[in-house]
Amino acid sequence: MGLLEAIILSVLAASTPLLIAATGELVTERAGVLNLGVEGMMIVGAACGFGGAWLTGSTVIGALCGVVAGTLLSLIFATMTLGLAVNQVATGLALTILGIGLSGLIGAGFVGEKITPAPHLYVPGLTDIPLAGRILFGEDAFIYFSLALVIGIWLFLYRTRTGLVLRAIGDNHVSAHALGYPVLRIRMFAVMFGGACAGLAGAYLPLAYTPFFIPGMTAGRGWIALALVVFSSWRPARLVAGAYLFGAVTILQLHAQGAGLGIPSQFMSALPYLATVIVLVLISRARTGGSTAPAALGAVFVPDR
Amino acid sequence: MQLVLEKRAERSNTIALVSPLIAIGLTIVTMSILFAVLGKNPISALGVYFIDPLTDSYSLQEIAVKATPLVMIAIGLSLCYLANVWNIGAEGQFLIGAVAGSWLAVKTQGTDAGHWVLPAMLLLGAVAGALYALIPALCKVRFGASEILVSLMLVYVADLFLDYLVRGPWRDPAGFNFPTTAEFDPVATVPVLIEGGRLHLGAVITLLVVAAAAVLLGRTIKGFEIRVVGAAPRAARFGGFNSNQLILLTFAISGALAGVAGIIEVAGPVGHLQPGISPGYGFTAIIVAFLGRLNPLGILIAGLFLALTFIGGEQAQIAMKIPLDVTKVFQGILLFYVLACDSLILYRFRLILPSRKVSSGAA
Repeated sequence: MGLLEAIILSVLAASTPLLIAATGELVTERAGVLNLGVEGMMIVGAACGFGGAWLTGSTVIGALCGVVAGTLLSLIFATMTLGLAVNQVATGLALTILGIGLSGLIGAGFVGEKITPAPHLYVPGLTDIPLAGRILFGEDAFIYFSLALVIGIWLFLYRTRTGLVLRAIGDNHVSAHALGYPVLRIRMFAVMFGGACAGLAGAYLPLAYTPFFIPGMTAGRGWIALALVVFSSWRPARLVAGAYLFGAVTILQLHAQGAGLGIPSQFMSALPYLATVIVLVLISRARTGGSTAPAALGAVFVPDR
Repeated sequence: MQLVLEKRAERSNTIALVSPLIAIGLTIVTMSILFAVLGKNPISALGVYFIDPLTDSYSLQEIAVKATPLVMIAIGLSLCYLANVWNIGAEGQFLIGAVAGSWLAVKTQGTDAGHWVLPAMLLLGAVAGALYALIPALCKVRFGASEILVSLMLVYVADLFLDYLVRGPWRDPAGFNFPTTAEFDPVATVPVLIEGGRLHLGAVITLLVVAAAAVLLGRTIKGFEIRVVGAAPRAARFGGFNSNQLILLTFAISGALAGVAGIIEVAGPVGHLQPGISPGYGFTAIIVAFLGRLNPLGILIAGLFLALTFIGGEQAQIAMKIPLDVTKVFQGILLFYVLACDSLILYRFRLILPSRKVSSGAA
């Protein structure tokens, strides 16, 4: 396996949790809800995902545990912001603080344990093709799933009636409510979808990326996923480009550290975070014709009757 | 039958007063359940958490020591939150303040520098913290970038920068390769208030900050502008208030306070610069700000309460082998309940019975 092939494989793996979490958050935000708790839901997803896989020996059950954990946490968020009309920013922060504590509590028993990493696809003949074979036909299931997820979400948002209603609610909840659409119910499903994706993205880390669990292993990926949604201008296709770009930055700085360029490793490790800041500034600056964010993003809605 | 939320005609002052207490009560009930799930006796666990630290003078001092950075950071954050801008990177500003002040301590180490060193260190901490906080604020007002994400990203950058310094150029040559600077000289150390105790001058500075914030918010035009920009941005525009300037101002103040808190922590209780100087003060301060309902006096009380949970958490770990993460869970749950109870200041629940026919005009 050549170096280039190895780099591409690791970029795909590093990008996948970002892509899955950001896709979920994109749907949530398109419905007009800003859930800043992605990092918290991811880290609990990682702890529960590893726990599930370690206890049962099954990657699938581990992934499901992550999904369930993320969804349950997002339900707390939905109850607070949709049911009690609490400020979404503050609630999202609370979710992250809670999530970090919970994951430490849940994961305490698994630290130091190892599991078998998620299997990679093997198609006789195809996977053995030099260079492209491993990249196209030799990935783990999460990577294929993440791409299918983005395509599915694109179809849902732009080619279905429910997707149209969801976008309408995100842009103007008062009008959508007046037209008789169930604003809060659709938002609740959008928040739950975001939670499920964040949980799955978190579970990917110990199930496929590294075959063990360490506290705090998401290392800000949830926040980077939030930035990716801004980067994508709330469009699924651009999300893919953004996620792979960030995966590339993460992997390249690791290779640069390994190559020993004489730059302190901490400076290289800071690159993904600095890149996020720079990208946020450039993207926000490039938008001259007004914001592309859903118009009702983050606004509280209490239906009048 | 359906339970719906509806807006109150005016804010309920009764709820505003009791809601933090209800939130704390609900948190304690939830925690009892969690302790029981962990197989610990809830009553004795709660005793170790909330009563034991109040019974000896060492723990009481330690609560004040822990509350010092929490209150100082939270006061700054409350200004931002009142103006409806979200600085959530106080942890990074805390670390950068600590680094900037430590620079002087490291440079003057072993020299016969006089008593100007500590005040200069505090000033450096404040300036560095303010400048670091102005990065997200400027990105916000100049380019419209989310201050939430930028300030948070800079926390990781500050953490790595501090790590580089204490492992590289500033590492104590006599420190057995541990990632730490040498102990600061006495002139670069925050003096303790009682000989042999832990309580230090930082607690006094914090009380002054609380008083200054109370005056700023209650008695000055700037304080009024901050409140109006947050509560009614449209009215603020009609009033001719410059909201961009207020964003920069509130971020600069909160960054400066976080920076001072950082250098006080390093030059006081810790005594040298090392990684892990903060057990998440910058994030816990967000909870302190909300629990104290963005009011300086409230923040002081809330800061002492949250400090109690840190000390109680440490004691519970030693005495009952309760994991330290329980403290973080506790803090997260507390913030949820505080926010939920606060909602009832502006809204109330109403039960709608299906049998009663509501005429369309009655709504």
